[in-house]
Amino acid sequence: MEGIIGYGAYIPRNRIKVEEIAKVWGTDAPSYKRGLMLEEKSVPSPDQDTITMSVEASKNALKRAKIDPADIGAVYIGSESHPYAVKPSGTVVAEALGATPEAHTADFEFACKAGTESMFVALNLVKAGVIKFGMGVGADTSQGAPGDALEYSAAAGAAAFIFGRDKIVAKIVDTYAYMTDTPDFWRREYQYYPQHGGRFTGEPAYFKHVTGAARGIMQNNDMKPEDFDYVIFHQPNGKFPLRVGKMLGFKKEQIEPGWLVNKLGNTYSGSSPLGLAATLDIAKPGDMVLIVSYGSGAGSDAFIFKVTDHIEEVRNLAPLTRDLLDKNKNYLEYGEYAKFRRKIRKAD
Amino acid sequence: MRDVAVIGIGMTKWGELWKKSLRDIYVETALLALEDAGIDRIDSMYIGSMSSGLFVGQEHIASLLADYLGQLPVPATRVETACASGGLALRLGLMEVASGMSNIVLASGVEKMTDVGGDEATYALGTAADQEYEGYQGITFPGLYALIARAHMQKYGTTREQLAKVAVKNHHNGLKNPLAQYQFEITVEAVLNSVKVADPLNILDCSPITDGAAAAIICPADMARKMGKPLIKVIGTGHATDTIQISQRKDMTWLEATYQAAKQAYAMADKKPEDIDLIEVHDCFTIAEICVTEALGIVDKGKGGEAVEAGLTAMEGKIPVNTSGGLKSKGHPVGATGIAQVVEVTKQLRGEAGERQVKDARVGMTQNMGGSGGSSVVHILERE
Amino acid sequence: MSTPSRYWREIPQRYRLEANKCNRCELTFFPPRLLCPECKNRKLEKSKLTEKGKVITYTIIRVPPAQFSDQAPYAVGIIELEDGVRLTGQIVDCAFEDIKIGMKVKLEFRKLFEEGHAGILCYGYKFVPHGE
Repeated sequence: MEGIIGYGAYIPRNRIKVEEIAKVWGTDAPSYKRGLMLEEKSVPSPDQDTITMSVEASKNALKRAKIDPADIGAVYIGSESHPYAVKPSGTVVAEALGATPEAHTADFEFACKAGTESMFVALNLVKAGVIKFGMGVGADTSQGAPGDALEYSAAAGAAAFIFGRDKIVAKIVDTYAYMTDTPDFWRREYQYYPQHGGRFTGEPAYFKHVTGAARGIMQNNDMKPEDFDYVIFHQPNGKFPLRVGKMLGFKKEQIEPGWLVNKLGNTYSGSSPLGLAATLDIAKPGDMVLIVSYGSGAGSDAFIFKVTDHIEEVRNLAPLTRDLLDKNKNYLEYGEYAKFRRKIRKAD
Repeated sequence: MRDVAVIGIGMTKWGELWKKSLRDIYVETALLALEDAGIDRIDSMYIGSMSSGLFVGQEHIASLLADYLGQLPVPATRVETACASGGLALRLGLMEVASGMSNIVLASGVEKMTDVGGDEATYALGTAADQEYEGYQGITFPGLYALIARAHMQKYGTTREQLAKVAVKNHHNGLKNPLAQYQFEITVEAVLNSVKVADPLNILDCSPITDGAAAAIICPADMARKMGKPLIKVIGTGHATDTIQISQRKDMTWLEATYQAAKQAYAMADKKPEDIDLIEVHDCFTIAEICVTEALGIVDKGKGGEAVEAGLTAMEGKIPVNTSGGLKSKGHPVGATGIAQVVEVTKQLRGEAGERQVKDARVGMTQNMGGSGGSSVVHILERE
Repeated sequence: MSTPSRYWREIPQRYRLEANKCNRCELTFFPPRLLCPECKNRKLEKSKLTEKGKVITYTIIRVPPAQFSDQAPYAVGIIELEDGVRLTGQIVDCAFEDIKIGMKVKLEFRKLFEEGHAGILCYGYKFVPHGE
């Protein structure tokens, strides 16, 4: 039996409210908040990036997994904001954890799906018996161009999952992937901010792939929405995951524990992984959990997990995701936010 | 060992000397010392310079300066112990003369600091800290002393005002020193309201960035006597080290290297703290003077702040400290500072200190410190 | 600019707080040393520092060195870890007025600075408040 043996989250403490951004660009905050179902988003400090957040989330995962980091056979980091264009994030993370030198590492990039990609590969390497333990991390310090709709949602956070065979907290039931070539959102080499297709990111992109993956994995396992206790969808804004849930026949109660977006924003590669971490924080033994990610470009990964008795023993060994989200917040004004995100042009 | 005397001193007005290069500043100053001694040849020279490499991109300055001083081919040695480099230059010169190896030695120091921008100067000074474990974390030179200050305030109840009073006292003294960089009075209020640099230290707690040099000529006391010079003998020297990382010290408020260096100097000179008439100490920051007076045994441990407040170290006090204005008012061209202290004490012992003359000064002490106290050099001078 | 070797060789200390200790004197050294300064013992054993401690003194750096100029003001403190070892580190995620001597902190992995626009990114430990 394979599955998750440890999981951990990390969310920076800085937040900026939709109103604060709207004030600068002269947009109507109430309608944005309604339209996106978003109140505020997390913002990384200047000393935080995909690597540092991945290390912290991974350390939290290690606290729950209680394994020797040297036994981790693979460290995969999924992000669209790897700090280096060339040079892996994974080597830094693995070194900080003490997982080097006998480990495989790779940086994944697939817009917001890179996190579940890293989990998908780490988990399936464990299943294949190639490694004893594998770790997949989803982390991003997302970029949204100033004044663009993305600026209201592009956030920062990370979640890490360690997979293994013993002392499993959530057993893997199945994985599934669904993808086509759909250019709904992209960032070219040397560009600082991504571009997107506006409303094209909806129906032919997000909704098509998320429903495709969700229906595919349920069909393969002969399961229906009511067979799940919880479901997590990628959360580019508050509305999309609720709407796609409704389209598929899920109830709001199944979605809500992992629906963090209204207070967190879109953490891109960290989005659905953080939703899964928050859901495991409250899940009971025996609960069935479905997670469906989405990455522009475009595709979705789906996983079905069955929570085990062991969850109760490890849950409180590391910070709970909702606590990271709700406690110790520091609200920024737009000027500080612009400084933190290097949106201010300085002299060389 | 032979007795050694100071027979010549030189120092020019310190400050931001935009028109002058490192070699200009040095040569002008050293020539003053040669003229004061009435000689034109030396046997050997030592130059204290903390970081000519980072400040002006020039290493190998010993030969360069020997050349421009017209002294080729004398042996010339640059010495470095961060801000204590000047003091060490004198100590090494002293050893060379006392041993009989040489007769006339130029002990000097120089730093040209204004050829780099503020953040580069901050970086250069910061290299006196452990670069991998203090500098890597973004600590600065004022930051190191701020860590000491906060700990001293916590442990002994030293107040922000007491720190300020060190700066006020030294500016008051510096007003009477025509060579000082800053010749103006400041108030406690001005110090407290000045720009924050590294809390709890403000800009007026800090010695400035200065261009300057200082020089002293030493020779055997017998030779000085024959030359008919006022006999200012160097009767004690001490030099000691401590961890350069503050965090590695058992007591962050205590300057062990200074204590050890003073112990050596007192023993060699056969003097006690109460025998000293005046002291020039390394007040790179206000807190430094407070800690140094404690380590020299002038005041009890933890009482440095109170002593300043009570006026014990003022010009009229029991033991005047930094009659020259100290590093705070006179300026702090790091490598030159230790020699400038010797220049001041020599002037005082000769009775040539003008308006700031300490009456009947006979025994004076200098204390020059590197980094956050990782090295310290102490000298005791006496008029025969 | 230095070559990456200088950064690279400190990785075990900066990423994982690797230290060593003299079992005779019961002293721990961070960074690791080649000999115990007390008893001159050269057979020192590898160890790892704890990641929690308290602030024993601190300052707020407002005039930073060049490579930290984007970050100022920032707090730097001396932290005494639970195993008694002291080290210097930044204190972040905390309002300056909330920093107190005795405040409990824990280690977090952060970026310290960048070597210019194109050089390597320099990571290591900082400290954050550790309430509760």
